[in-house]
Formats: sequence, structure tokens, C-alpha cells
Amino acid sequence: MESVGNLILYFVVALVIIVCSVLTVTTRQILRSATYLLFVLFATAVIYFQMDYAFLGAVQIAVYAGGIVVLFVFAILLTHQPGKDAHQVESSRRVLGAVAALLGVAVCGYGIFAYANFCKCNLEQLPADKVSIESIGHFLLSTDKFGYLLPFEAISVLLLACIIGGVVIARRR
Amino acid sequence: MNLTLLMYLVPSLVMFGCGVYGFLTRKNMIAIMISLELMLNSVDINFVVFNRYLFPDQMDGMFFTLFAIGIAAAETALALAIIINVYRVARKVDINELTKLKF
Repeated sequence: MESVGNLILYFVVALVIIVCSVLTVTTRQILRSATYLLFVLFATAVIYFQMDYAFLGAVQIAVYAGGIVVLFVFAILLTHQPGKDAHQVESSRRVLGAVAALLGVAVCGYGIFAYANFCKCNLEQLPADKVSIESIGHFLLSTDKFGYLLPFEAISVLLLACIIGGVVIARRR
Repeated sequence: MNLTLLMYLVPSLVMFGCGVYGFLTRKNMIAIMISLELMLNSVDINFVVFNRYLFPDQMDGMFFTLFAIGIAAAETALALAIIINVYRVARKVDINELTKLKF
């Protein structure tokens, strides 16, 4: 049996995610779209906290809400006149997009509702040593089974390449 | 009433559908990137929730999400740099008007 606070938190978060992600793709002003994206990302971070992955929630807030959305806002302000709305999309394209999206949602929704048996399981108590920062650090830098040293090094090289690429692209000639 | 795995998959599914819709209908390159972020985010939720409910004594889903967030950040930064550079050269960001590379 779940506590009442957890249930209320879940329903608030689910409502925020559904409403704000619909508004993100339907609003005409792109700056508002970025703001709704920010709300969706915060709600996702709340889900991570609810799942007891506190580190992941912190990363989500720091990287997504703190980094990527700010980057989006800067890019929007650099490329748009303020107050100018986006053009109305022609309706044939809109209908086509809606049909594709609804079809995908219908197929996946049928999948998860028809095979929902494995979804019935309840949240178990997480072993405390699994979510501490110390164990996350050990897993990230270990080479044993379930160690993630190789992806860790690969992503550091990727980020380095990204920095160099960003400098090369953004440099004025 | 219990919070089951299914209840977390539904908002994630709606989020992914919205991302697909925005990706197909938007004309602005930055708006397309925003829709892409929605889709990536919903997949991240799925990884975490499946990991937490089905395999609570392992952490693979969590690490996948961790790496996915890092890669998404790098990819967004580069894409926005490219978009701003295109805007500097061509003064537009709409994919309908940027046809110079079309054969």
C-alpha cells in the first residue's frame, strides 16, 4: 500500500508531464515551448527522486534544466525577433504528424496494456548500498562485471571532441 | 491503490507521442530540437522505471540514463552551435527556406 503523499505526488507529476508536453509541441511561440519543456524536465527529475535515484535526479536538474534549457533560450533569443509567432503549419502536415504520433502511441499503448502482467509488480525497498554516491562512483570506475569504466572513458573522449567541435563551429572567420 | 510500473509508462508514452508529433510538424530547427529532447527524456524515464521495478538490485538502467543525459547534452550543444552558425550565414532557421544543400 502506497502512502497518500506518494500517490498525490505521482498524479501531480503525471498531469504536469502530459499537459506540458502537449503544450510544448502545440504552442505557437517558441520561447513558451522552451519554458514548457523546462516544466517537463523538472517533473521527470521528480520521478527520479521518487524512484530513490537521488543522484540521477540531481544530474537531470543540473544538466537538463540548468544547461540545455538555458542553451535553448540563448539560441532562440539569438535567432528570433521577440514577439513574432511561428507560421501556421499547413493542416495536411499537421494531420499527417498527428496520425503518425497517434498510431505509434496506439501500438505501444496496446503493447503495454495487453502485456501488463509484468507491470503489476510493486516497488520494493531499494538496498541502501545500491544508491549511495560511493557505490555509483565504484561502479563507474570499475572494470569488473557491471563496471562502466569503458563507457565512462568513451564519453569523456566524446565530450572532448564536442568541445573542440563547438569551438571550431562557433569561431568567427 | 498501488503505484505500478504501468502508471509510470503512461506519461512517458504520451511524452514520446508528443515528441513525434512535434518532430514531424515543426518547421523551426530549434523547435525540432526541443521535440527531440522530449523523446530522449521519455526513453530515459523508461530505462529508470524498468530498472527500479524489475531489477532493483542492479543499476544498469540508471547508468544508461546517466550516459544518455551526457550524450544528449553534448549533441544539443553542437546542434545549437550549427543552427546559430547557419542563421549567421543565411539569416533563417526554417527548414522550408534552407534549400541550398538540396540536390
